[in-house]
Amino acid sequence: MKFDRPATTNPSDRMAVLGQPHTRIDGKLKTTGTAAYAYERHDAVEGQLYGYPLGAGIARGHVLAMDTREAEAAPGVVTVVTTLQMEKLPQDDRNIVRLFGGPEIVHYHQAIAVVVAETFEQARAAANMIRVTYDEDTSEIYNLAEKREMVEDQDIQTHTNVGDFHTAFGQAEVKLDATYVTPPQTHVMMEPHASIAHWTDGRLRVWTSSQMIDWHRQALATTFSLDPEAVHVESPFIGGGFGGKLFLRADAVLAALGAKKAGRPVKVALPRPMVINNTTHRAETIQHIRIGATKEGKITAIFHDCVSNTPPGGAGEDATNQTRYFYAGEHRLIVNRLAQVRLPESNSMRAPGEAAGLMALEVAMDEMAEKLGMDPVEFRIANDTQVVPENPSQKFSQRRFVECLRHGAETFGWTNPKPMSQRDGDWLIGHGMSGAYRGAPAQPSGARVRLQPNGRLIVETDMTDIGTGSYTILAQTAAEMTGLPMDRIEMRLGNSSFPVSSGSGGQFGAASSTAGLYAACVALRAMIAERMQADPDTLDFRDGQVIDGARSLPLSGFASEGEMVAEDKIEFGDFRSKEYKLATFAAHFVETRVNAYTGEIRLQRMLSVCDAGRILNPVTARSQVIGGMTMGVGSALMEKLDVDDKRGFFVNHDLAGYEVPVHLDIPQQEVIFLTGDDPVSTPLKAKGVGELGISGVAAAVANAIHNATGVRVRDFPITLDKFIDRLPPV
Amino acid sequence: MKPFTYERVSTAAAAAAAAAANPGAKFIAGGTNLLDLMKLEIEAPTHLIDVNATGLDKIEPTAEGGLRIGAMVRNTDLAADVRVRRDYPVLSRALLAGASGQLRNKATTSGNLLQRTRCPYFYDTNMPCNKRAPGSGCGAMDGISRQLAVIGGSDACIATHPGDMPVAMRVLDAVVETVDAAGKTRSIPMADFHTLPGDTPEVETVLKQGEFITAVTLPAPVGGRQIYHKVRDRASYAFALVSVAAIVQPDGTGRVAFGGLAHKPWRVEEAETEMPNGARAVTARALADADPTGDNAYKLSLAERTLALVLAEAKE
Ligand SMILES: Cc1cc2nc3c(=O)[nH]c(=O)nc-3n(C[C@H](O)[C@H](O)[C@H](O)COP(=O)(O)OP(=O)(O)OC[C@H]3O[C@@H](n4cnc5c(N)ncnc54)[C@H](O)[C@@H]3O)c2cc1C
Ligand code: SF4
Repeated sequence: MKFDRPATTNPSDRMAVLGQPHTRIDGKLKTTGTAAYAYERHDAVEGQLYGYPLGAGIARGHVLAMDTREAEAAPGVVTVVTTLQMEKLPQDDRNIVRLFGGPEIVHYHQAIAVVVAETFEQARAAANMIRVTYDEDTSEIYNLAEKREMVEDQDIQTHTNVGDFHTAFGQAEVKLDATYVTPPQTHVMMEPHASIAHWTDGRLRVWTSSQMIDWHRQALATTFSLDPEAVHVESPFIGGGFGGKLFLRADAVLAALGAKKAGRPVKVALPRPMVINNTTHRAETIQHIRIGATKEGKITAIFHDCVSNTPPGGAGEDATNQTRYFYAGEHRLIVNRLAQVRLPESNSMRAPGEAAGLMALEVAMDEMAEKLGMDPVEFRIANDTQVVPENPSQKFSQRRFVECLRHGAETFGWTNPKPMSQRDGDWLIGHGMSGAYRGAPAQPSGARVRLQPNGRLIVETDMTDIGTGSYTILAQTAAEMTGLPMDRIEMRLGNSSFPVSSGSGGQFGAASSTAGLYAACVALRAMIAERMQADPDTLDFRDGQVIDGARSLPLSGFASEGEMVAEDKIEFGDFRSKEYKLATFAAHFVETRVNAYTGEIRLQRMLSVCDAGRILNPVTARSQVIGGMTMGVGSALMEKLDVDDKRGFFVNHDLAGYEVPVHLDIPQQEVIFLTGDDPVSTPLKAKGVGELGISGVAAAVANAIHNATGVRVRDFPITLDKFIDRLPPV
Repeated sequence: MKPFTYERVSTAAAAAAAAAANPGAKFIAGGTNLLDLMKLEIEAPTHLIDVNATGLDKIEPTAEGGLRIGAMVRNTDLAADVRVRRDYPVLSRALLAGASGQLRNKATTSGNLLQRTRCPYFYDTNMPCNKRAPGSGCGAMDGISRQLAVIGGSDACIATHPGDMPVAMRVLDAVVETVDAAGKTRSIPMADFHTLPGDTPEVETVLKQGEFITAVTLPAPVGGRQIYHKVRDRASYAFALVSVAAIVQPDGTGRVAFGGLAHKPWRVEEAETEMPNGARAVTARALADADPTGDNAYKLSLAERTLALVLAEAKE
């Protein structure tokens, strides 16, 4: 099905099942521990061995020698695979740095060996026995601030240059010129990267933890020079991804190498330090923002320059994206720079670009409002735009940001208090707000539906559920489209023998995969209409019946001779991106306390009002947003990978050192979705919310801290060491 | 983790004897610190002596009017003990500020005293660390040292003792009781129990190889307002950046010990005479010899401000 113009009325509009607050259909499996994650797939294949990886102990250089004799002789060891035993493996386009093979080391904890043994403990002990000799290269510069000055080394992309920023900024009545830093961050999803691999007759089967089944399949085929048809990937349950499991990683490669050499299935999980230094992270950014406005608060000039770290060939963190679209202003200059820093690979993490970009832009907007003496809510409203500022012929398909702001301000009781004006004993109280913008892309997505003689419907797609609720909203889609009750729908996800879907990423998963399933269901309905010699548009599917005027037939009857199978795929026409700009919006409001003595920060309440098209399930959508808000609190207050500039690695590479919020850090969270749907987005008129939830939150927290203390910290996270000396004396 | 042998002993004497017989041995109590370190091969005992069944899990009154806390008393039980809550609330509060409920259920009194530093370089066996691999250098000093010591460090090491309970025990003038293989007992005041790193950062206490902790005794209660305030990067389940254990008497005199600042709970008795004069006067003396890095200089202001908060709270 080609989606090449805005949706009109269609069967999904009934909203009898869609849009309803169904709890997760996989919830019981998760809460009872019966959802088997990759490393626990004991059922998958017999005779599994354990592989334990070894990561490089240097950030850059060469492996000169690896002495594996002791490891090979250790109890239980079956085989040892080292990086010196092979050339660099062929690399998939989506991977920026090598995963395995050859003597060259390009980042710390690059995988250099896997020890395969009968037990996990034996493999781990033996991995520690490998003696590695390196030729270390210590000349590299890992400090982004230093690299930022080395312009000649950078890939500079000017996204927008309209009007004459410099002149307009020079003439602006009120100006802000500030630089913000957002740190490198790691996904630290609960489930580490893990895979079981098994070879039979030159075919490779991998049970893994992947957001994108087909990308993994293709990348494995490339890595091992196989026909993609010879690779099978399964990932029905995923313990979190946040972008960290988009691409093939070393766990699957090592498992496959180990299994090939051992002649038996091998499983490998990355130890937590390797999750952090071996896989990907969100890049650090240094963002320079300049805003010029009239005294009345109309933005006339806006400038955003971002530099972030990436190994050569990567995309870093382009934190300027939202600035192109979020606020009006005639004169615009927006530049993204990629500085080559040979840390581990930087790549996508929840809301790549916007999460970091809004941390800067939305603090800048707060600072600007303060300079103007304006309420920050009103300042944002004054600069709202319904068209893309750099290309006014392109309009937002739906943009209710102003409504988010107004509704949020009213619900929260926003009064725009003066900085340092509220206090309760030893606690300074602050209110802060921010806006949020996140694109609403869609990707092609396929699905297959199989109507069974017993009246059940099996849904198959390689779509993944990374904890987001895909199982549930897809089942709701199928139930809505076929008129079957939810308990008649059997969901099968995350398997490369199913039709290729959008996968989970970039906030496109929910909108795209439900649209793909919609297409398959429309195909099924068409087959049924044909059998009934009826017009598919007039058929009504409800309560297990197909109704054509006065005629009513049980749906199961169409499969009485054998299952009825329909498959289709949704593809999106470019009207979606050419004529329109699709995005989601939110306004965040936060109340916090800051201890006047110690600077300890305790949030009191948080509110998000979201404009994200049709909400397919308010329970799962809310969970996405509060999860995002929680991650936003982490960004604001604590999450940071510490870079050892001298040795080129992330020092705090475990969950004791890389802190994320705990329950006590998270206050009451309220989420409001504006009702409505966006027919330009998909046949289901839905967009995503998974990344909107994190976007902008950290800035609202930062603005609240400023409101409480009068202190502005432009370097995230806002840990108390950065402002304790700027608090008023006690 | 390296392979090891294992035995379980049922008396303190047997524990000490087993350790003397086996130089590569370590005692294992709750295992919450030791096992983590063994998995990373930072600790590699060849033999484990499980001391959980030594019967040292009681809290009993002493003849002097204090309390004798058996070495195997769990952190959870110690924090909840009514006598501790009534007479030594600073200890109860310090315990509850540490780790998580699950960990405190396992963690023992002796194990808590002997928990090792959380310096991230100590935990990464690819990195230089004089404490883990004497003579290899210190990764933290020219690396990331935000969490580390501001006072009492050496050119070899600036690690901190990460514990909370020991800070309260220090301010309470607790005494560590031990026994060795010869049956000889020792009473070691908390002031002397932990050592500064000097040239031998791998040495952290005055315990001798195989010496076994049987109990910690608390002197008779001293009254006063007892406060433990722990400042960290998140609201719970994190090690202290700075913590303050204080006992403040109605006349403003009192005692104070700091956590998160040094290789041991940091208490300078002479500085306590300044308590009636306020936090700045106390920290000016207690931290006079501080030598922070660029990363951790904030701990000096933070210590002073946290003490100011505690003193203000004590007046309420
Ligand atoms: C995630 C995490 C967070 C934590 N957070 C905190 C925190 O915020 N604050 C805090 O204070 N602590 C914290 N801890 C540390 C925790 O308090 C210690 O791990 C615990 O107290 C150790 O006690 P244990 O009985 O488990 O010791 P074990 O691990 O069994 O032993 C520790 C050491 O003590 C030795 N030992 C034990 N008993 C004796 C004895 N009787 N005589 C001689 N030697 C003995 C052992 O040989 C070993 O070397 C945390 C730990 C973890 C894992
Ligand atoms: S501070 Fe001490 S523990 Fe940390 S790296 Fe240096 S020597 Fe090791």
